[in-house]
Amino acid sequence: MSTNETIKNGRKPLKGLPDRIRDRWAGASGPQRWTVYVLLFIGALLLPSDSIGQFMSPYSDWASVLFFPIGTYVVLAIGLNVVVGQAGLLDLGYVAFFAIGGYVMALLGTKMGLNFWEILIVGVLLSALSGIVLGGPTLRLRGDYLAIVTLGFGEIVRQTAENTDAIGGPRGIAGIPHPPSIEGVELFGVEIFKYGVLDPRPYYYLLVVLATLIIVFVKRWEKSRVGRAWAAIREDEDAAEVMGVPTFKFKLLAFAIGAAIGGAMGVVWAGKTISINPNDFLFMLSATILAAVVLGGSGNIPGVVLGAFLVAWLPERFRGLSDYRILVFGAALVALMVFRPEGLLPSRRRRAELAEGTGGMGTLGAEVATPESQPAAEGAAK
Amino acid sequence: MLDNLLGSFWSFTIDGLIVGAIYGLVALGYTMVYGVLRLINFAHSEVFMIGTMAAAFVVMTMGITQPLTGLALVGGLLLMLLVGGAASAGSAMLLERIAYRPLRKRGASRLAALISAIGASLFLQELFALVVIPWLFDRPQQGRNQMGVARIMDKDPLFTIGGAQVRVDQLIIFVAAIAMMILLDLLVNKTKIGRGIRATSQDPETAVLMGVDIDKIVRVTFLVGGLMAGLAGALFVLQFEVTKFSIGFLLGIKAFTAAVLGGIGNLRGALLGGLFLGLIENYGAAVFGSGWKDVIAFTVLILVLMFRPTGILGESLQQARA
Repeated sequence: MSTNETIKNGRKPLKGLPDRIRDRWAGASGPQRWTVYVLLFIGALLLPSDSIGQFMSPYSDWASVLFFPIGTYVVLAIGLNVVVGQAGLLDLGYVAFFAIGGYVMALLGTKMGLNFWEILIVGVLLSALSGIVLGGPTLRLRGDYLAIVTLGFGEIVRQTAENTDAIGGPRGIAGIPHPPSIEGVELFGVEIFKYGVLDPRPYYYLLVVLATLIIVFVKRWEKSRVGRAWAAIREDEDAAEVMGVPTFKFKLLAFAIGAAIGGAMGVVWAGKTISINPNDFLFMLSATILAAVVLGGSGNIPGVVLGAFLVAWLPERFRGLSDYRILVFGAALVALMVFRPEGLLPSRRRRAELAEGTGGMGTLGAEVATPESQPAAEGAAK
Repeated sequence: MLDNLLGSFWSFTIDGLIVGAIYGLVALGYTMVYGVLRLINFAHSEVFMIGTMAAAFVVMTMGITQPLTGLALVGGLLLMLLVGGAASAGSAMLLERIAYRPLRKRGASRLAALISAIGASLFLQELFALVVIPWLFDRPQQGRNQMGVARIMDKDPLFTIGGAQVRVDQLIIFVAAIAMMILLDLLVNKTKIGRGIRATSQDPETAVLMGVDIDKIVRVTFLVGGLMAGLAGALFVLQFEVTKFSIGFLLGIKAFTAAVLGGIGNLRGALLGGLFLGLIENYGAAVFGSGWKDVIAFTVLILVLMFRPTGILGESLQQARA
């Protein structure tokens, strides 16, 4: 493993930079880290300023873009990363949980008149439950079967919504209430708790707080017994089972946590959007979020955030090429995977796994170390 | 609700078998590629789409105003199949060359390959919507619309089963699909290249030691899978007389579902899974309404996998590997 890394690093001199930053980070003291955390948080809060927006998003309102797609994709990618990046389960229907959150908000908000905060709790619980309901029977399946089953589940959820007139059928649900406002709390001229129609910034701040909380939770999990169990499952499920890790339980937990995060984002998103319909939850969104996770470097939160940011932001930035956006996106995905399959910012551990060739999901078959293939391919074909 | 199904049981059965045969043909490509590479070739649905486009192009170029008969019809059909198959086989091989082989050579993870496949799928769809359809079919700005395809043959009923008519074109589709299946089965089980495919899917390292040229095997796999998808595309155009840039998406998912249902890597399973899926979703649509078709198909998939995790016939090309 270490030889592989040396070879890889030697081959690409520029690769040293992230590693050096990482070494510094690993050696940083508590207060230093907290300084960085606080700076990042403040930076996130300052993002929706006009001067940044002029460059970042010349075609549409920057603060709106920050909420959706950028912020939304970031949260969804962090959630999917728990499932794909940490536990190594391939989920192609992640949008289902986002949809469940969205519909819970829409239904309870319009029909039962509950307020946003109550619904947020219900939405998180219900989507986690749906994750367990889906995972229970299917998580015993091998990786690729799980992929197709989750894909099917995503379609089941969307089409059920489309076919059920009680929840609006194809027209969806309109008139979703906003979160309750608290008037008069001003910061830099923005009423930060006034959730109206005009100003997207309060929603963005809400999203930043949500994302921060989620990142804290996910990070804590990653470093706990749970995270170690996930890593073990990802690297070799059979070995993990033999070592006494209750793999099924932990896989189910990963699924439930991922689903809860997707559901929470669904509630928050629906709380801003006013109306939702089944076409907001196409497979394309699942694929995009998965692409964000893999692109950024699955398993590594800064990488995943970067990946989601790029996947959401680039199409907005280049809206001028509107017709060709998806074409370019598709080609870019292929190119990136061909030239940098480990993602932009992979975690070290993940990179070592990938260098060994499995990445927790196995390599392609028909894969034999040939003279032209890199030494990294060793041990890939078992 | 049930009356509807029982009342026209045979007609639903026939429709189901026809769609199922097309699913089965497309499923072959998924199942073969999966058997050899352990990759869900997500862009295979676009390979199918390219087949329908090529067949539609043939029909347009022939300038058909009224249905053909006799020898002209046979020639026209063969041309559709040939061009559809060739276009799809070519694009499948190109796809392998550009999107998968570099990853394979680097020993990249399957997840990376899957993302590459999704990227290729998006790229091809958009390429057709933006460039190819407007140019090839002379439909500027309409690349995203559904295109009708002229009727190439009279669709006369041939005979009836239980009160349901079986049309000529339906019989052609069904027989053609079964014939392809048999040919492919022979190819994989009886020929030298077929032995190479089986060896590679069982154990690539040993296969190489035994002198199998893996790159060639992978190319052939994509060629054959693409060919089947192209033929399926041509038959699809013959039956439904429409195509669209995104036509492959749902059909591709269904075909992959069929492959999984039959037992992935298992050629006979792919056809069986396709027919089973076609029947189930048609029966289901008859009972619950056509809007629920896909929901039923995927629910059945989940149920089958719960009770028989390796599909109906079990995995075959490859042994079960974790």
